[in-house]
Amino acid sequence: MAIAAAGASYAWAMGLGPPAVARQLAAPEAMLVRALLDIGESRFSSALEQIDNLLASNPNFRLAQLVKGDLLLARSRPINSIGNASGAPSDQVDGLREEARARLARYQIETPHELAPRFLLQMPQKQKYALVLDSSKSTLFVFENTGGAARYVADYYVTIGKNGLEKLRQGDKRTPVGVYHVVSQLPKEKLTDFYGSGAFPINYPNEWDHVRGRDGYGIWLHGTPRDTYSRPPRASDGCIVLANADLDALARKLQIGSTPVVIADALDWAGPGEVEALRTDLLTSIERWRRDWESRNTETYLQNYARKFTSNGMTLAQWSAQKRQVNAAKAWIKVQLTDVSLLLYPGKEEMAVATFEQDYASSNLSNRMKKRQYWIREGGKWRIVYEGAA
Amino acid sequence: MSRLQPAALGAALLALALQWGLAFADTYDDASRLFKQGNHAAALEKIEAAIAANPRDARARFLKGLILTEQNKPNDAIKVFTALTDDYPELPEPYNNLAVLHASQGQYDKARKALEMAIRTHPSYSIAHENLGDVYAKMASEAYDKALQLDRGNAAAQTKLAMIKDLFSSSVVPGKGTSQAGVTEARVAAAATPDANDKKQPSPKPLAPGKAETEAVLAAVMGWAKAWSAKDADAYLAHYAPGFQVPGGEPRAAWEATRRDRITKPKSIEVTVGSPKVSFDTNSRAIVSFRQGYKSDTLNTYGAKTLTLTKNNDRWLIVQERMN
Repeated sequence: MAIAAAGASYAWAMGLGPPAVARQLAAPEAMLVRALLDIGESRFSSALEQIDNLLASNPNFRLAQLVKGDLLLARSRPINSIGNASGAPSDQVDGLREEARARLARYQIETPHELAPRFLLQMPQKQKYALVLDSSKSTLFVFENTGGAARYVADYYVTIGKNGLEKLRQGDKRTPVGVYHVVSQLPKEKLTDFYGSGAFPINYPNEWDHVRGRDGYGIWLHGTPRDTYSRPPRASDGCIVLANADLDALARKLQIGSTPVVIADALDWAGPGEVEALRTDLLTSIERWRRDWESRNTETYLQNYARKFTSNGMTLAQWSAQKRQVNAAKAWIKVQLTDVSLLLYPGKEEMAVATFEQDYASSNLSNRMKKRQYWIREGGKWRIVYEGAA
Repeated sequence: MSRLQPAALGAALLALALQWGLAFADTYDDASRLFKQGNHAAALEKIEAAIAANPRDARARFLKGLILTEQNKPNDAIKVFTALTDDYPELPEPYNNLAVLHASQGQYDKARKALEMAIRTHPSYSIAHENLGDVYAKMASEAYDKALQLDRGNAAAQTKLAMIKDLFSSSVVPGKGTSQAGVTEARVAAAATPDANDKKQPSPKPLAPGKAETEAVLAAVMGWAKAWSAKDADAYLAHYAPGFQVPGGEPRAAWEATRRDRITKPKSIEVTVGSPKVSFDTNSRAIVSFRQGYKSDTLNTYGAKTLTLTKNNDRWLIVQERMN
């Protein structure tokens, strides 16, 4: 009687209907989810068995401990929600309830084979993986580069900032939305236990964040302290936090300086045709910019830049003046672009980030650099709104 | 299944009744009387004699377990009850008492297994069900503590499970006021009446003194933090005992003046008490360690603090304060 009531309320508390999609999750999480599903279907002994097995290998899985507490308490008296510890700090219980919801929601994530995330338009051959964070699902997706196309390989439960997304200011405890790259690696030996098995800083604030005057620093992908398997979905100061085992698995796939991390409120799946069309459109625009530059027809070349273009503090007018002067002195220009990465920028504005190796040669100067451009749609055409060294 | 049980129990009762014999019944009754009078040493001596004369006397061995429990020898008592469950697996009472002893030592999983055995032999054994409910609640509380990283300090080993006081007898043994600290509180039980509807008269179940006091001490610490956060210097200083050890040995009045100044000056103060751990030196002296968070408009610090409190006229007051 008491237990049946508990099961019904549990399902209610988590807004849990029957699972639409059953998918394979990694061991500790799969055991937890199976236990939660068991509870939803009033199979309490089986649920407790799952939880006990899970805790035998991961005693620091706090949510599992909480569910174990509920399962045991339900044998002693009726309970009507998740987390019935008397006198417990409510924010901690709420955090674990949020994690339970998130873990269950993750179980229902669909990763359709025929679709790819709209954000990943083109991956250069050298770049093996790309990451997309879907904050609505507390999930970091990993995609593999298979001949330029993104193929889903794994996903992990993650914690983001206490106050959610859209980081604007230092200390706002938010995780930024945008296109970022893993820029370095901090081994666990150099960190306190708080960061768990290691950390991978990303380049927040990126070029576009600087343009918009966003500040703050130190947004990392990192692990979890020893005393807990995971943290609630929203608990960090803005960092992206993974379970240590997950971070270790992910670490093997990261390429410092090149693996992109797209952080969005939701992962937008698209059919191959749609991605293809957008990619072609952008690659054509980039190619036009390259050709216009080589043509030394500066006015045509400048048509590729948006009205609100900036580069290192220069306005479009200042940039134009400088280009007119520099190009006039040249007898010829050759520009070659290789390893082009194209990523769609998450957010309201339609924007894309192109990163590539630029081999520039001219009658009086040659150089080679890694360049990054931010492209927006203006007047029905893709135009560059920021350009600089990456 | 359920039809078989009364028969099984009847057979067991009959077998045991034949074993007792009249001669030993006298010794048993003496021991039982001494036990009820609180004369545990003498009771133990008598019952040892009864057992020596008839090693298979379940009732005598059961009483020996009870005496050892009252003598605060839980490990010896556990041995006695365990042997009884081995020799008479069909009797639920030894399982129940074994469970109570395990629970008193914080061994909830063992307690649970023993109670499940008691219930397996007698599915309608209501005391075992009730005790099992308490054990589950206790295990739940342990799991919650792990989930929420709570350390409830000395709250361990305080259970209120019912110990069965007699085997094969409906006579009621009142819970003595003699139960020592650490020994479980007795909930009066009419034994061997496997009837869900039996009318037990539960004796009052006083809270274990440690738990109520722990809460009182925590309440005092919370009140202190609240007064500080409210910048209420009078209420804050009222939490310090007359005999408070002023840090650095400066005069109390000077310390109070400094505190008043520090408490009233900031525009806002927020003091938090994280993961408090309470332990007791004596019944009226408690030590509370916690993570103190202090946040004002000018300062934001976090550190370990230890407060020592003593009980003065039913109020817990601070006698020593240390940042670790």
